[in-house]
Amino acid sequence: MADRPGSIDETLSLLQGAGYVADRPLATVLFLALKLGRPLFLEGEAGVGKTEIAKVLAAALGRRLIRLQCYEGLDVASAVYEWNYAGQMMAIRLAEASGAVDRDALESDLFSERYLVKRPLLQALESDIAGAPVLLIDELDRTDEAFEAFLLEVLSDFQITIPELGTIKAEHPPIVVITSNRTREIHDALKRRCLYHWVDYPDAEREIAILRSRVPNVPERLSQEIVAFVQAIRKEDLFKAPGVAETLDWASALVELDAVALDPALVSDTLGVLLKYQDDIQKMQGSRAKEMLDRIRESLRTAE
Amino acid sequence: MSNPSAPRGGGRLADNIAYFARALRQAGLPVGPGAVLDALAAVEAARIGTREDFYWTLHAVFVKRHEHSILFDQAFRIFWRRRALIEKLIAQMSPIAPGGPEEKKPQAGALRVAEALATPRQEPPKPVETTEFSARLTVSDREVLKAKDFAQMSAAEIARAKRLIAEMALPHDEVTTRRFLPDPRGRRIDPRRTFRRSLRGGGAAIDLAYRSAAVRHAPVVALVDISGSMAEYSRLFLHFLHAIAEKRRRVHSFVFATRLTNISRELASRDPDEALARASKRVQDWEGGTRIAHALHDFNRHWSRRVLGQGAIVLLFTDGLEREVTRELTFEMDRLKRSCRRLIWLNPLLRFDAFEARAAGIRAMLPHVDEFRPIHSLASMEQLCRALSGEPSRLSAPRQWLGAS
Repeated sequence: MADRPGSIDETLSLLQGAGYVADRPLATVLFLALKLGRPLFLEGEAGVGKTEIAKVLAAALGRRLIRLQCYEGLDVASAVYEWNYAGQMMAIRLAEASGAVDRDALESDLFSERYLVKRPLLQALESDIAGAPVLLIDELDRTDEAFEAFLLEVLSDFQITIPELGTIKAEHPPIVVITSNRTREIHDALKRRCLYHWVDYPDAEREIAILRSRVPNVPERLSQEIVAFVQAIRKEDLFKAPGVAETLDWASALVELDAVALDPALVSDTLGVLLKYQDDIQKMQGSRAKEMLDRIRESLRTAE
Repeated sequence: MSNPSAPRGGGRLADNIAYFARALRQAGLPVGPGAVLDALAAVEAARIGTREDFYWTLHAVFVKRHEHSILFDQAFRIFWRRRALIEKLIAQMSPIAPGGPEEKKPQAGALRVAEALATPRQEPPKPVETTEFSARLTVSDREVLKAKDFAQMSAAEIARAKRLIAEMALPHDEVTTRRFLPDPRGRRIDPRRTFRRSLRGGGAAIDLAYRSAAVRHAPVVALVDISGSMAEYSRLFLHFLHAIAEKRRRVHSFVFATRLTNISRELASRDPDEALARASKRVQDWEGGTRIAHALHDFNRHWSRRVLGQGAIVLLFTDGLEREVTRELTFEMDRLKRSCRRLIWLNPLLRFDAFEARAAGIRAMLPHVDEFRPIHSLASMEQLCRALSGEPSRLSAPRQWLGAS
């Protein structure tokens, strides 16, 4: 188990060590979240590495990662806790069969931890030998407002109230990372309790570093071309610009095809890895891709 | 006003951060007093070493929306412009070099802050308003920027409008959610309540409780054309949007003539007159020309993914008189239709009895809407609500209008 980083620089190197190339703003906000014990709210386009931050953090600190994937209609029973009804029924029948039914004892026994099915949020409040776990609440924008309201209690006091059992409070608050793709606005009341950070597309330098760290077997020349092409394509008027995840996928795909450099035909054939909308692909295919490629070659040559 | 939790020698820092927060508030960021305490705690925790770290530390606390980043950046630059200010504060906080003797008296510091504060007051970036009066009723793509004043609505009118909206039922308005509510006539067994009830009697008899899926209203997204040719309906539309936003929870309102403006927040104000005044101040292209394709493109690109989730209904109020009909218009209409659950077009041109879908813009847009609602007079809220209520009639099928001419 690693200690929490003591400064922004340590946070940077912690992430670096786990294979996540972060920029300084992200390291700052992450450090603050750890230091102040506040939830971290990450917003950004799909595929810029929001979820990855939580995973890397858990791995680097040696903590357990508890992931709650949000979806519409997510309710308390699947996010927090549920009673094991079948088990409880069985207990009643057994108590009846044995003849001695003491109602008070039976009821306190039925609503005890033994019959409690713990879901991610409740699990996150339990103490762990490795230290407080990392709780990842992924794609919060997919749930509805009702669930958001429920999170308020969990995120501000790190406690959950179960009517039959009482209030369960975390001894050590978990490290909370919330991500959102901004398919709707999250309510201000929830954002107020968090530290906010917009995860943007990386610049060319950082993207090359990410590529090197994640897909190490890409030839140097090719990785430069890939990153320059992706950076150029993000400036185009596209419906969905490719994220870092797409860059990494594309690089792996090109390596599988034994490519050593980009050429227009290769780009056209593999554009589906990078762009996921038909009109975007159409716009980029053919002469447009060739034109961009030529410009990239030119600028890479002058840089040498 | 030194804060008890402020760091040693941090009285100045606390003051400065409080002043900075006030400057941000004036620039339009929702910064509460709690955020100032948070900022102090954060700055203390981060033990800032450089200007950049200081920037991002404050950014993490004060900025809660991506759009606010730009405002924050400007305010930060202007407020902490005097380099000595930051460096001094850093020196004060540094545990190694405790600042040395203070060169300046407290008054001097206060003066600097006052100066720094005075600038952002004048500074908040205001878009240049070009006011140009030209009442053009023809269709054009020229951008006419114009302010607008509405006659106010009487209390009786407001009450009536609210009642009408409450009675209005949009087609396909209800969405079944995956949540459940207790319902004695439900068809699914609610195990939790069943069990608790049974236990009341000692568990001898099982008293079944039922539940059924909860139903809620679909989100409504309104796209309203406020160009010159639609000018006489603007007030009605805005009142309609305000009333509907008050009645329901998720309503997003956009207006467009030559540019698209999101006025959802402005319309959220309780008082209708205030809401309308705020909205009309925000919008800069009242009664300008029409660029439907351009506005739809903006909407699809920047907003559709944020507001069209969870089965939204789109209400499109426009006469469809686009001067230049390009492929872009069909493309954007198609995309809009494919990203929402139901696209309803309300066209006031249908007030003319002999209306035929002749205009190129209308013909281009018609195939891409789910419903085309005819309306014979769009003079009152009542007519508008009636037009939007109920099941689609034979007249509302877009095909019928295309075939007619």
